[in-house]
Amino acid sequence: MLNTAGLSLQQAPPISIPLRFFLTAPLFGLAAGVLLLAYGDVSLVSRWLPSTLAATHLLTVGFLAMVMCGAMLQMLPVMAGSPVPRVKLVGSVVHALLSLGTALLAGGFLTGSSAILLGAIGCLGLGFAVFVVATGVALYRVAQAHAATAGMKLAVAALVMTVALGSMAAASYTGIGGTGTLRFLADVHLVWGLMGWVGLLLMSVSFQLIPMFQVTAEYPRWLTWWLPRGVFLAMILWLVYGLSVPNTPERLASTLIIGVIAVLLVTFSLFTLMLLRRRKRRIVDSTLMFWWVGMVSMPLLALFWATGYFVPFLADSPEFSMVLGVGLIFGIGYPLVNGMLYKIVPFLSWFHLQNRQLALMCLTVNIPHMKEFVSDRASRGQFYSYLVTLLLALLAVWNPGWLVRPAALMLISTNLLLIINLVRAVYRFRSAYRQLSEMSAASVGIR
Amino acid sequence: MSTILEIMSRDHRRCDEDFSQTEQLVADGDWSGGQQAFAGFRDSTERHFATEEELLFPRFEQQTGHTMGPTQVMRMEHIQMRHLFEDMQQAIANRDKKRYLGLSETLMMIIQQHNMKEEQMLYPMMDQVIGADANQLLERVAST
Repeated sequence: MLNTAGLSLQQAPPISIPLRFFLTAPLFGLAAGVLLLAYGDVSLVSRWLPSTLAATHLLTVGFLAMVMCGAMLQMLPVMAGSPVPRVKLVGSVVHALLSLGTALLAGGFLTGSSAILLGAIGCLGLGFAVFVVATGVALYRVAQAHAATAGMKLAVAALVMTVALGSMAAASYTGIGGTGTLRFLADVHLVWGLMGWVGLLLMSVSFQLIPMFQVTAEYPRWLTWWLPRGVFLAMILWLVYGLSVPNTPERLASTLIIGVIAVLLVTFSLFTLMLLRRRKRRIVDSTLMFWWVGMVSMPLLALFWATGYFVPFLADSPEFSMVLGVGLIFGIGYPLVNGMLYKIVPFLSWFHLQNRQLALMCLTVNIPHMKEFVSDRASRGQFYSYLVTLLLALLAVWNPGWLVRPAALMLISTNLLLIINLVRAVYRFRSAYRQLSEMSAASVGIR
Repeated sequence: MSTILEIMSRDHRRCDEDFSQTEQLVADGDWSGGQQAFAGFRDSTERHFATEEELLFPRFEQQTGHTMGPTQVMRMEHIQMRHLFEDMQQAIANRDKKRYLGLSETLMMIIQQHNMKEEQMLYPMMDQVIGADANQLLERVAST
């Protein structure tokens, strides 16, 4: 039986829900910059140092996951036709727990206090659990399954794994669990987090959004079917292999499986670049430039990783994994998410104002268009500051003494610019909203 | 025989191409070409709206008994897009490139999220409810 009664197409959450996620994220990006500035070159010596772990998680949980969660709450009703239940409550709770949890996590790493780390595990575990249950219900209810929703389901499953493994790794780090498995746990945690949760979500969202917004051909169907499933299967295989053959993580089979994941991700990025090159919409905006960087970084990084396999002294150097980490997080995840913000925030502002205008029937007030919320100039400026940050961060791996602090300063400034751009958009939204209310009140008075 | 989903989605893509062409002409400062392309884009979009508002939506509402449901939201969004058409027309008349491109970006966003809702939800629902008799009519509309 067809259920149309429950379906109203206007199920978007109030604008304050996604905006609070989007405005919080660059604050954590900023905090990561401050941290790197304070700790300097020590932060890039090893991935296990407290300040490195803290900065990494400020970026991955505080920035990437923060925006991705907010965007998913916003976009599920539109992209999948399935609203998130109790979205106001869910959004507020998830945002509060993720913010507190991220701050505690960074604090826990820096101080080495197991109490603070346990607090972080509690907050993040609970926050993500609420998010997963709510979006899980929405995804389960999707009537018309398609490539994007299938990939989102896998991404959410990968998030569950990431959080569970991360909690175990953090417990092990505090000495509560055994430390023998720490390296294995952390490796699985980061593969599932970056390639599963971040990679699969961005990939499946692209399948739907890139053809529509850039007016390109569709991704081929085999590709949208196989890539997300392939990545997910390979991650499971890799995990099972790692569990069954403990303490030998450097085996050929393990490398081969990661190689398969890399090939799948690179296939995605090359296809995306090809579609973008042939796009019918020729306008170049900063979102597109951010996406180019992400899509170009992916094959380059894979190439670098593969080179490491044939050049053992490179792979054995501590710089090797640092470059991979900086590249994955800051060369791929960060620009895709940052670029997306410049579409979502201005559009949501416009959309809510327009709805308000129609509801009040107050057509005398001119609603700003999208580029009046964030101008091309402003978003481009932030893009270039991001690009400089990325290059400095990569170079800093090889020459931390000279370059960590300049990179940290740039990380701070690019996040500051992002905050300014977003806050300005929100300010414009609020003043137009107020104007609408005043005009409508005045016209009621006249009547 | 094609489904409502296929026919109408194809039409979305065609409108998108007209849209992109117009945007590029305006960006290049070709105002007379831009004006003409915009008229073409507006026409094809209005024809698409008309097919929905006069043919598909009423039949669907009749069958399901919902007049305040999804079709109502779609109609509202058509109104929002028509407002933008007016503003864009004005921007072309004023040779105001910056304003046109800001408006076209906004229109693109609303069109695509609108299309997503139709293609993910409404059209498949329509195929179930009024598919059999509507798509013959549509094929005729599409071939004209």
